[in-house]
Amino acid sequence: MFEAIAFYMFAFLTIAMFYIAVTTSQALYALTALASGMIFISAFYFILGADFLGAVQIVVYSGAVLALYAFGMMFFDTTRDIKEKQGNRYVVIGLSVLSALLVVVIFVTPLISSNITALYPIAEGVGNTQQVGMVLFTKYLVPFEVAAIMLLVAMVAGIVLAGKKMDLSLTLMSDAEIRTIKEEKTKKVLS
Amino acid sequence: MEIGLNHYLVLSTILFAIGLVGIMRRKNLLMLFFATEILLNSVNISFAAISHYYGDLTGQMFAFFVIAIAASEVAVGLGLLIVWHKRHGNIDLDLMSTMKG
Amino acid sequence: MEFYLYLALFAPLTGSLFAALFGAKPKTLLTGIVTSSLLFVSFVSSSILLGNLLMGGKVVHVEMMTWMATGDLYIPFGFVVDQVSAIMMFTVTLVSTVVHVYAIGYMDHDKSFNRFFSYLSAFVFSMLILVMSDNFAGLFIGWEGVGLCSWLLIGFWYHKESASWAANEAFIMNRIADLGMLVGIFLVYWNTGTLQYSEAFANMKGLDNHILTLMGSFLFIGAMGKSAQFPLHTWLADAMEGPTPVSALIHAATMVTAGVYLVVRANPLYDLIPHVGLMIASVGAFVAIFAASMALVNRDMKRIIAYSTLSQLGYMFVAAGLGAYWVALFHLMAHAFFKALLFLGAGNVMHAMDSELDPFKMGGLRKVMKGTFIMMTLASVALAGIFPLAGFFTKDMILEAAFVEHHYIIYSVLLFTAGLTAFYSFRLVALIFHGEERYKLFGIHPHEAYKYMLVAMSPLLLLAIIAGWFKMTYFEMVTQLLPATEYHIHSVATYWIMTIGTQLFVILAIVYAYKKYQVAKQDAEFEKRLCYKILINQYYIPYLYNKVLIEPYRALSAFFWKSVDQKIVDASVDGIANIFYSTGEKTRTMQSGNLSTMLKWMVAGLVALLSLAVVFAIAVRYSDGVNPLLSGLGVQ
Repeated sequence: MFEAIAFYMFAFLTIAMFYIAVTTSQALYALTALASGMIFISAFYFILGADFLGAVQIVVYSGAVLALYAFGMMFFDTTRDIKEKQGNRYVVIGLSVLSALLVVVIFVTPLISSNITALYPIAEGVGNTQQVGMVLFTKYLVPFEVAAIMLLVAMVAGIVLAGKKMDLSLTLMSDAEIRTIKEEKTKKVLS
Repeated sequence: MEIGLNHYLVLSTILFAIGLVGIMRRKNLLMLFFATEILLNSVNISFAAISHYYGDLTGQMFAFFVIAIAASEVAVGLGLLIVWHKRHGNIDLDLMSTMKG
Repeated sequence: MEFYLYLALFAPLTGSLFAALFGAKPKTLLTGIVTSSLLFVSFVSSSILLGNLLMGGKVVHVEMMTWMATGDLYIPFGFVVDQVSAIMMFTVTLVSTVVHVYAIGYMDHDKSFNRFFSYLSAFVFSMLILVMSDNFAGLFIGWEGVGLCSWLLIGFWYHKESASWAANEAFIMNRIADLGMLVGIFLVYWNTGTLQYSEAFANMKGLDNHILTLMGSFLFIGAMGKSAQFPLHTWLADAMEGPTPVSALIHAATMVTAGVYLVVRANPLYDLIPHVGLMIASVGAFVAIFAASMALVNRDMKRIIAYSTLSQLGYMFVAAGLGAYWVALFHLMAHAFFKALLFLGAGNVMHAMDSELDPFKMGGLRKVMKGTFIMMTLASVALAGIFPLAGFFTKDMILEAAFVEHHYIIYSVLLFTAGLTAFYSFRLVALIFHGEERYKLFGIHPHEAYKYMLVAMSPLLLLAIIAGWFKMTYFEMVTQLLPATEYHIHSVATYWIMTIGTQLFVILAIVYAYKKYQVAKQDAEFEKRLCYKILINQYYIPYLYNKVLIEPYRALSAFFWKSVDQKIVDASVDGIANIFYSTGEKTRTMQSGNLSTMLKWMVAGLVALLSLAVVFAIAVRYSDGVNPLLSGLGVQ
């Protein structure tokens, strides 16, 4: 009973938030709506008993990713309204509705065979986080490490792309050179 | 009323459709990234739901990796976006058509 | 003996190929000499083969190689030298050698000297294939070959539009007749199962008369085209556009006689269908008088001689049609000699008169060109059929044959034509060689031809005189193959009255011609008369052909070109190409470089794939009807 209420409420909220994120003409509203949508999705995870996943969702998505977006937005002019070209909106809506319909048809019709055996079955009595840890660090270890490397690469890429004055290395220069650079900078400011 | 797998799957589909609308509609590249996030999240919901209803942890594993990848994608994407903005001063999709056929 | 056969056959081909090497080069005398020598070699071989047969030797029959052996059809490249072929070979190679040597002098200043000899030798080769072949297919190959070479030679000066037109006319008319000939050959094969002469004729005896009539008629249609019988006759007069040696060789002695050769060769067939033979004889008689009438008033020297050829071909067909095949062949041989001589003499005159063709502009040339004068006069005497020259024996035989077979109409027509022949031949001689020298008004300075050209013509003169005296030798040899129909007029008195009467009539015609044209005046009032107009316009037949056949056909072709070919065929081909092009153009806009558009296309593709998935899933679900279909396609 509670589950049903919770499901429908969160579902409605999520859909509304994401709809706002997609259709609004103000950038900040879109960002905010996206953030709240992420939080509501983590609620779903908690309902489904994937506690660890829900926590990770809040930390990574609502925390890190959206913070990144927020920083990124500082570069772009967010006071103006986002102007959109009048692309044929019926095409857009029609295509999306059609695809949704088709996917639902695929899901709902009893075509998927019902004798799926679980590869990594959920054990009773063990908490979700523990179980995730057990599977993650034994069966999925290699993907885990590879993901780590990928994140490293992304980090380096982000720094390289967005960094300024990357050709100078403060640690490798001697003190005299650092002083001359500082004087040039202040000279420029003064004059 | 019993919430079954189908409910979650329909929800996921609706969110996916909303994401598609955003992809097709948005001309500002940043807003396009937002829509991409929505797509990824909808898929995550369906993974988690299937994992729950079939008693299999594979779904949750997949969802983790999707989150990790989404995060790194955002990092690199925003970096590129910044470079483009520095060079061209705008991030409007319609103006980025140098690869015209 | 086979060696001589191959030598005779392939020597002209070698000459032709040799001359073809020099085709694009300016005149090299060597080509003329080599080709003439090779033809002389061929002539010697043919004479040896003829002599062999005269001495009672065997017929030489070789099969060089197989051409087609498919299913029931067996056609070899086979050659036979029997009595008929030997006579034809002898005639053809003799006249060809003379013409080759003559042409060395005639084409002296022509820049396409080498090409001429190549074509001429190629023609002789085709003609030899025609007469030496032992089956209808080889005959047809030679038939087409001479048609082709005739086209090449008539249109030799292809820059002249009239020459090209005449060449096309000749070839196309020949082709039309060849359709009839092909139908005839098909009928022969279909009904007798073979194309070899000996076997086909043996099998024909058991066939239905109706089929045989069709066969004979169709083969004769082919002969009509080649030998220029009515109504396919207009090409022969126009073929005079070619150089005179060509006219001498092709349109006097060899190619036009191929039709007669065909009828003579197919004599077993025509013996079985005498009513077709009668039709052939009637056509021949009609053509004889028809052509002679047109030659009476013509003002073009070569055309007069061409009409004379046409008329004599009519005589030959009368003989062949009435069953006197050996007589037809004999006349063919004699006619070849004196007609070629006439043409070559006319060539000399043309050369002297700077290519002038109107005899009214010449006159009194006998003072300047003695040799040519003698030759042409003697040739005309032979043509008129005066004893003891060759024409007398052959023409008289034909007249006798007509009389004895009780075809009195044909007899009287031929008799009258004999008179006409004498008249126009001597009209020509009188206008050219006698009377006052009208050419001086036109500033022409005539001179005799080169000595060696006259020397080359002399064998023909000799044979024109003496050929008739070998009638009995010839008769004994030829009738080993051909039916030996002898024509005896029962009453000796009738015979002598006929012969002397014919001679007197002919001599009277000659005298009348001399009287009228010794002092050549053009009778202006006569020219206004209707009969003159009809004759000089060739009975308006070319005009009729032009109006009724050529102009509608041209309009039809123009219609098909503009409305059908351009608008329909070209349009559809262009349309198909256009479809590809425009499809590419329209789909190019898909690649707009705009990410938003591409994302929309991506979602559209996604929708398409999803619908495919749904369709297949439904098919799988309700798969009772679909499984057989899928297993049929190979999918399980």
